[in-house]
Amino acid sequence: MPSTLSRRYILGRVSLYGGAILLALWTLAPLYLIALAAFSTRQATFQWPKPFLPTDFSIDTMQFFVNSRGVLDSVRNSIIVALLTIAGSLVLGAPGGYALARFRFRGKEGISLGLLISKMFPTAILSIPLAVTFLQLDLYDSLWGVALVHIAMALPFVIIVTAGIFVGVPRDLEEVAQTLGCNRLQAFLRVVLPLALPGLAAAAIFTFVISWNEVFAATILTLRNRTLPAQVLSGLNDSPLYYRYAGGFFMIVPALIFIFLIRRYLLNLWGNIVR
Amino acid sequence: MRVKSETILPYSLLVPTLIFVILLIVVPIGQAFLLAFQAPDSSFTFAHFQKMANDTSFGDALRFTFLLLIFIVPMQVVLAIIMALLIHTRFKGHTLFLYIYAIPLAISDLAAGIAWLSIFTERGYLNSILNQLGIFDKPFLFLSYQNLPAMFGTIVVAESWRATAIVMTILLAGLQVIPRDYFEAADVFGATTLKRTLFVVLPLLRPSLQNALIIRTIFAFQTFAVVFALAGRVIPVLAGESYNWYVANRNPNIAAAYAVLVLIFTVAATWFYLHFFQTSAAEAGYD
Amino acid sequence: MAGIRFQSIRKVFGKTVAADSVSLEIRDGEFMVLLGPSGCGKTTLLRCLAGLEHVDGGRVFIGDRDVTDRAPRDRRIAMVFQSYAVFPHLTVFDNIAFGLKMQGRPRDEIKRRVEESARLLELTDFLKRYPAQLSGGQRQRVAVARAIVMQAAVLLMDEPLSNLDALLRLQMRAELKRLHQEIKATTIYVTHDQVEALSLGDRIAVMQSGRIVQCDVPMNIYDYPANKFVGGFIGTPPMNFLPGVVHANGDGPTVVVGESHLAPAPAFAHALSAKNGEPILLGIRPENLTLAPNQQANTIRARVRVVEPLGSHKLLTMQVGTEISKVSVAPDQRVAPNEDVWLHFDPEKIRWMDAATGEAISATVE
Repeated sequence: MPSTLSRRYILGRVSLYGGAILLALWTLAPLYLIALAAFSTRQATFQWPKPFLPTDFSIDTMQFFVNSRGVLDSVRNSIIVALLTIAGSLVLGAPGGYALARFRFRGKEGISLGLLISKMFPTAILSIPLAVTFLQLDLYDSLWGVALVHIAMALPFVIIVTAGIFVGVPRDLEEVAQTLGCNRLQAFLRVVLPLALPGLAAAAIFTFVISWNEVFAATILTLRNRTLPAQVLSGLNDSPLYYRYAGGFFMIVPALIFIFLIRRYLLNLWGNIVR
Repeated sequence: MRVKSETILPYSLLVPTLIFVILLIVVPIGQAFLLAFQAPDSSFTFAHFQKMANDTSFGDALRFTFLLLIFIVPMQVVLAIIMALLIHTRFKGHTLFLYIYAIPLAISDLAAGIAWLSIFTERGYLNSILNQLGIFDKPFLFLSYQNLPAMFGTIVVAESWRATAIVMTILLAGLQVIPRDYFEAADVFGATTLKRTLFVVLPLLRPSLQNALIIRTIFAFQTFAVVFALAGRVIPVLAGESYNWYVANRNPNIAAAYAVLVLIFTVAATWFYLHFFQTSAAEAGYD
Repeated sequence: MAGIRFQSIRKVFGKTVAADSVSLEIRDGEFMVLLGPSGCGKTTLLRCLAGLEHVDGGRVFIGDRDVTDRAPRDRRIAMVFQSYAVFPHLTVFDNIAFGLKMQGRPRDEIKRRVEESARLLELTDFLKRYPAQLSGGQRQRVAVARAIVMQAAVLLMDEPLSNLDALLRLQMRAELKRLHQEIKATTIYVTHDQVEALSLGDRIAVMQSGRIVQCDVPMNIYDYPANKFVGGFIGTPPMNFLPGVVHANGDGPTVVVGESHLAPAPAFAHALSAKNGEPILLGIRPENLTLAPNQQANTIRARVRVVEPLGSHKLLTMQVGTEISKVSVAPDQRVAPNEDVWLHFDPEKIRWMDAATGEAISATVE
């Protein structure tokens, strides 16, 4: 009896780890392969059959991509837009999140529902009319214009995520600070903010990812001042394969880093997003 | 005085956001409808929609968008449930696997499309491995209009790969809310792992599943960059058509008509899920 | 140092009235306990005093200052929260120093005063630690030290001991009493624990559904509860209640309980005579009931149901007619379950109450 039990246990463990590893391979394989493709020579793109080990490692393709016209500018643009998006959505959204977390007020349910609904809107329905408006306002082909749309897209998420973060800071701490001589703002700055900072940083990174990856609005709203995804997308059909591989890999790298940085917050950020 | 400032405070914290939302979400949506329904003389018209519907790509775009939805969403959900349940057993090293499974969260559909392009392209990695296994001696053209089902399949695979992570995190977050007692109670009654999953875990996961389905369906209607990367314009989709009408044809009216159509589908799908699942508060009692 | 005055305080949350026109005066240096079950409004009253809630009516005075519309920081109060609310991102030193730093005190004064209150609460060895490295009891001490270092006129404590385990709670209770004797700040202490209230309070204000039902020194609260609620809330086990009917004749009133006639103490003769024929409630504490060997004046037949030896005394559960009464007897009292005994009621210790309202009937002083 004990031996059958332990055999069942071992069998269970084996299938557990086997399954887990299989799924990990499924997730990692494309990442490995695109890295392999991006770090081969340009000629190797047309080689067939391809090697599965980095036998001809080369930065030739990446060099070509980075030196292509508009790429470095687009990377810079992407970073600027993402930073503007972080700043804008946190400055606008965090106070709202705080209000939802701390106060009971008339209209709160309505606002929460509104946020929920505004996350539903397709990017297209925002970007197309805004492209038309921005043309009139001279915001077309400007990074500000793209950042505004990205803020609009990120804002509902940021409010909900920051509300969750502020709920996690006990109200008592703020109140005790008030009895110890702080006004509301001081209590927030000295007590709530330091405690919320890791969560807010994670929210900022999350916002960066939204902006860094966004392609539809960025392409529609720009012509020369492309962000990186817009740059890659607009030239997708008439650029060589190795250019695309390098571009794809380039876009993926920050994702890997950021997911690692905010791994502790994964479930809070993405998991509860729809609530 | 103080009483008053206390009541006003939450509103004043929300005012900047509300103004921004009105200017950059509410007004544009109104404008989108105007673009889609307004004739040059400002009168109401269905002309843009008629032109959209008469376009040769429209039928295909509609069909492919829904086909993608039908294939991608179930695949993602099944994969994500398996991943989430695996992680939730908290086996040794599960945090590493969670990190790995979550990586695609931060990868754009464009980048995902390109990554899979390196696999599915004529001289790509899939053909290389098929060749080395001796299955084909010549590359198989996955990404050719002559093999439309294969091409469609590559999109399903790429998009499932990318977005499974989102579904998984939503489900995992939902799993963590379920008190462990439920699992233990099932153990006490001698439930096998399979039975426990089917009859205890999945019903309790229904609210999260609903959320995941809503968000995935919404995004599935917007799929476009991954399709562009793998299929160019051979497989049209609704969001892609909207993009093309604006960028290539410089026609914001028809682009807006497509956008409105996507919005209508989005709302309808959300309503469908909310109606279809109908999780009552009492049923989700732990929530 | 300052006294406190609540003047017709009203506070409503939605449809719940948390404070219903509460008036209360607390003397300078007094230790006042607000006691009541959860939801009775005691914490709300404290928070109104701290300025963390805004009253819907009435005024709050600290000393002779009307602080009703002042922010918490302008009230010269210090508060200890039930959750301790120790700042997790600050060391013990910085936690205690927080308020002094907000006041912009000079560095050496801060150091001196923090070290002094740390010594008072035996925290000197922990000043460099973070709250996460402390036990629950130590965190509680930090919260107290952080409040007393302010040398505020008024010290507010909201159930400060309720999150501690039983032994630690006993210890800290004595500590807090000693502390109050040393610093003599006017203290308002909220608790639902009647033992804490009796042990700590100079006076106790018992609250029920947003009102103060009795405010008096502990022994009066214990011996002379103002109504059935107070008698039933205070004491372990609480006061026993038995229904009876008043019979008034020429010799003065008697109260019929079951088959027995009890003669009330002379001070109540007048008040009870007026209630001839009416139902009445008899309240008596378990320790004021004794076992009598045979039928005597003021005895009632009762049957022993349960005997619980508790070391210092024996607790008996008795059936008196259809009612259950608890009786506390000496540990060496010989008594067995299902034994029929005579219970003697000490007339001087009986609290008579109106059967309908539960209000105590006051003695007439002649």
